[in-house]
Amino acid sequence: MSKKTNTIASALIVALFLILLNLLVWFRVIGEYTSQVLTIAGINAIIALGLNLISGFTGQLALGHAGFMAVGAYTTAALLMKVNLPMALAVLGGALMSALFGFLIGLPTLRLRGDYLAIVTLGFGEIIRVLMINLPELTGGPAGLKGIPTYTTNFAWRPVIPFALVYLALTLVVVLLNNLLNSSHGAAIVSIREDEIAANAMGVNVFYYKLFAFTLSAFIGGLGGALYAPFFGYLSPNMFNFQKSVEFLIIVVLGGMGNLTGTVVAGIGLTYLQEILRFLKDYRLVIYPVILIIVMLFQPSGIMGLFGNKEFSLTRLVSKMLGEKPLGGEESSDKAGEVQ
Amino acid sequence: MAFLQQLCQQTLNGLSLGSIYALLALGYTMVYGVVKLINFAHGDILMVGAFVGYFVLKKWGITPVNLMLSFLPAMLFCMILGVLIEKVCYKPLRNQPRINALITAIGVSFFLENGARVLPFIGPNPRVFPTLPVVNYRLFGINISQVQILIFIVAIGLMLILNYIINHTKTGKAMQAVSFDKGAAALMGINVDRIISFTFALGSSLGAAAGILFASAYPQIEPYMGIMPGMKAFIAAVFGGIGSIPGAMLGGIILGVAETLTKGFLSSQLADAIAFGLLILILVVKPSGLLGKPMGEKV
Amino acid sequence: MKKKLIALGVLVVVVAVAVIFLATGRGGSDTIKIGVIMSTSGPVSHFGTQCRDAIQLAVDEINARGGVLGKQVQLIVEDDEKNPEKTMNALVKLATKDKVRVVLGALTSDCTLAITQEAQRRGILLFTPTSTNDAVTDAGDLIFRSCFKDSFQGQVMAQFAIENLNATKAAVLYDMNNDYSTGLTKSFEETFVALGGTVVATESYAGGDKDFNAQITKIKAADPDVLFLPDYYNTVSLIINQARNQGLDAIMLGPDGWDELVGQAGEEAVGNYFCNHYSPDADDEDVQEFVRKYRERYGITPNALAALGYDAAYIVLEAIERAGTDDPQVLKEALMETNKKYVTGHITFDESHNPVKSTTILKVVQGPDGRLTTEYVGMVDPE
Repeated sequence: MSKKTNTIASALIVALFLILLNLLVWFRVIGEYTSQVLTIAGINAIIALGLNLISGFTGQLALGHAGFMAVGAYTTAALLMKVNLPMALAVLGGALMSALFGFLIGLPTLRLRGDYLAIVTLGFGEIIRVLMINLPELTGGPAGLKGIPTYTTNFAWRPVIPFALVYLALTLVVVLLNNLLNSSHGAAIVSIREDEIAANAMGVNVFYYKLFAFTLSAFIGGLGGALYAPFFGYLSPNMFNFQKSVEFLIIVVLGGMGNLTGTVVAGIGLTYLQEILRFLKDYRLVIYPVILIIVMLFQPSGIMGLFGNKEFSLTRLVSKMLGEKPLGGEESSDKAGEVQ
Repeated sequence: MAFLQQLCQQTLNGLSLGSIYALLALGYTMVYGVVKLINFAHGDILMVGAFVGYFVLKKWGITPVNLMLSFLPAMLFCMILGVLIEKVCYKPLRNQPRINALITAIGVSFFLENGARVLPFIGPNPRVFPTLPVVNYRLFGINISQVQILIFIVAIGLMLILNYIINHTKTGKAMQAVSFDKGAAALMGINVDRIISFTFALGSSLGAAAGILFASAYPQIEPYMGIMPGMKAFIAAVFGGIGSIPGAMLGGIILGVAETLTKGFLSSQLADAIAFGLLILILVVKPSGLLGKPMGEKV
Repeated sequence: MKKKLIALGVLVVVVAVAVIFLATGRGGSDTIKIGVIMSTSGPVSHFGTQCRDAIQLAVDEINARGGVLGKQVQLIVEDDEKNPEKTMNALVKLATKDKVRVVLGALTSDCTLAITQEAQRRGILLFTPTSTNDAVTDAGDLIFRSCFKDSFQGQVMAQFAIENLNATKAAVLYDMNNDYSTGLTKSFEETFVALGGTVVATESYAGGDKDFNAQITKIKAADPDVLFLPDYYNTVSLIINQARNQGLDAIMLGPDGWDELVGQAGEEAVGNYFCNHYSPDADDEDVQEFVRKYRERYGITPNALAALGYDAAYIVLEAIERAGTDDPQVLKEALMETNKKYVTGHITFDESHNPVKSTTILKVVQGPDGRLTTEYVGMVDPE
């Protein structure tokens, strides 16, 4: 079997899998509560993937991704409510606005190193939040913005459509990042993480690639926020505080820095874990950090470290199942099936 | 004249707030210096220190002498807590990427906050911290309260002691050595583990002292009280150049004054945004903070 | 590998211990299930836990008397962490997994606003004890509350300042992160200006701040007659303390959030006014009874949010008794017939499901024993 057919087979499997998931939601095999949580989990995974690109792959610690989520969400809400744009354009607009913010923020600050960049991004996240609070015409102030048009008002479709869209977007983001990382751009980006000075010496335009990764990271973060606004129908500035940024960072680290599969698994897993722990009542937020600490102490390279830090690859799996040797090794693997 | 008076008053307000930030920032910066970890749980040490002080003062009764004495048990308790946290949660991760310890630090912070919330003798309800009767002094139309004087005295005193420990004792010099190059320090016969524990002990006890000062100035304590000052102190530490001890002191004071002046003369609504904006501007111009050493390009 | 096994072991033990200690028995079909969404953790957890405890107290009392419609009432409490997203998750869980039809909550307006439309669409009766934002009950006919609206209290205090205190210059110091505070600020300022006064300073802080010296110095320079402090007693006691230390002598005014101020503030709070529906020191029998029972069980004096939660539970459960069912479509009619005195006052509902109850204006005074207490100044009826 050629590489091409293998890729097509993988794509088909992914498509079938997504359709199956949605059918399960449609027939309420996956209940409304579960699909609600899974949709949020998917959005968290998308934003965490964006963060992983800049922090995990490029090696630049960023602590303000809730800010990009906020920009995406509020832009989409404004485009829907004030300009009456169609849904698809509004979502795209939100993501693009966030990318613009990322570009403008990255331009002066990406020359900073390590923890200084972290605090600058943290600062921007907070500035965005404070500005949102002080722009009540646009954001509703601290009481929040309600009545954002949702994807559908049909009761039967309400759990399904956001779920389908979010997981479709998640798949696309994974494919995009996977292809990017396997391109020459990707090699340049990873070389910055491994050794910035050496990369520079080898002729990699370090600043350009950092800015590129940061802008794309902001775009993906904004996309998550843009998908969130019409799903949730309500936004308030305090939803995008520093704790939210930290939540994304926890997902990235727990999944494994620089591992796409891990981010998706941890993004969905951690969001779901917080809901599962509801039975602990008042003790929930005492046990949750204990679990975090234990995982970090005993599995410091993240959950994917258990599997040798390899990415999950559907093409490899397909080849294996057909009893063939994997084509082109691990580098060419298609990770689109990670949604599972 | 009225303007000048207001300016002096605001600067004084800022100085007393900044002194507390500075004390807390010292804990961040010392720990960062030796283990390169942003200890997110440090703000919660302030909370624990304040609660220890609260229980002690409730038992002893509030007098000026008891208030000064209450620093000892609070600092001792947090010293032990700090060392314990380091041994259990950070030490096993010392050879892992720094980000891992950062996440555990966040975990410890959540745990301390929510742990205090569910503890039956602490609980979520705010409590009134025992304070001495308020005495105000007026100088040229500027108000200065007894609490503010206490803050200045304790903060300056502790900083002088810290300065002595770091620059004039063997352990302090060992700390500097570890901060400069851990491997080389170990080769020179310095017990690195002990020095790191010592640093956590020192930082945490300063955090506890900041806790009692904070609670005396703003006499209300609850489990989440450490988040805000913790965040501000962290910013102050970076601002002053993280890893630099005079930098943390300067950073704390400047942040306190800048914040107060922004609220007082520009806009209290946008104060935090303006403060962060200034910080970013300064970091862009001077990337390693006010007194931080420029990071060498290691090849 | 061994390390990983240990880790796994520790994890399992932690979760198992938690399950054993905390798993609560699920009620059978002969119970009426009521959902509760409260901020029992996070920055407002002290309000959330008190409100939840008060609801639990009310329900236990009713259950001890034989329950409602001959059935025991079972509360299913979910935490929202004061996070709108978690509030929504909690609502969907209560609606689809626990199949409740009546939900009490949420605590803060932002969380409640996030779920009002969803509750209405799902046909769930949402009764919030404490969310004051004017827009909360706009979402539909199944959304009720038992507290004042922001606009009402702001108007009352502005009117009081102008008419009774002859104030002409007002200043406001509010929490910009908190919609209760911003909502009250808006209505106070609008009324104050409409009645001919001027607002000389509007300053803010961010929730969690403890230092207000900068704002107070600025307000002092503007020399107002009255200072409006729309926030809860814990923050307000700090503000008053710092304001008096700086020698600001304006009369301070506040909303119902001040209720427990006399327990938190020092004598510097004397001479200030606030409006309330409840005061733990009031002579009223119902109030005294509630405070006694709450203290007996939880060891602390309940605040106004606890009183509101207690009332909300009684109002809803009594309406279920009257309606003969917890079907929201029937229950809403029964709720509209509410006409009775509760701990927080005599309550009826207007056509938009807001309670019609009068507010009392109280003055903070020093009692004969030196402790702070409140003195009745007057009563204002909603128009």
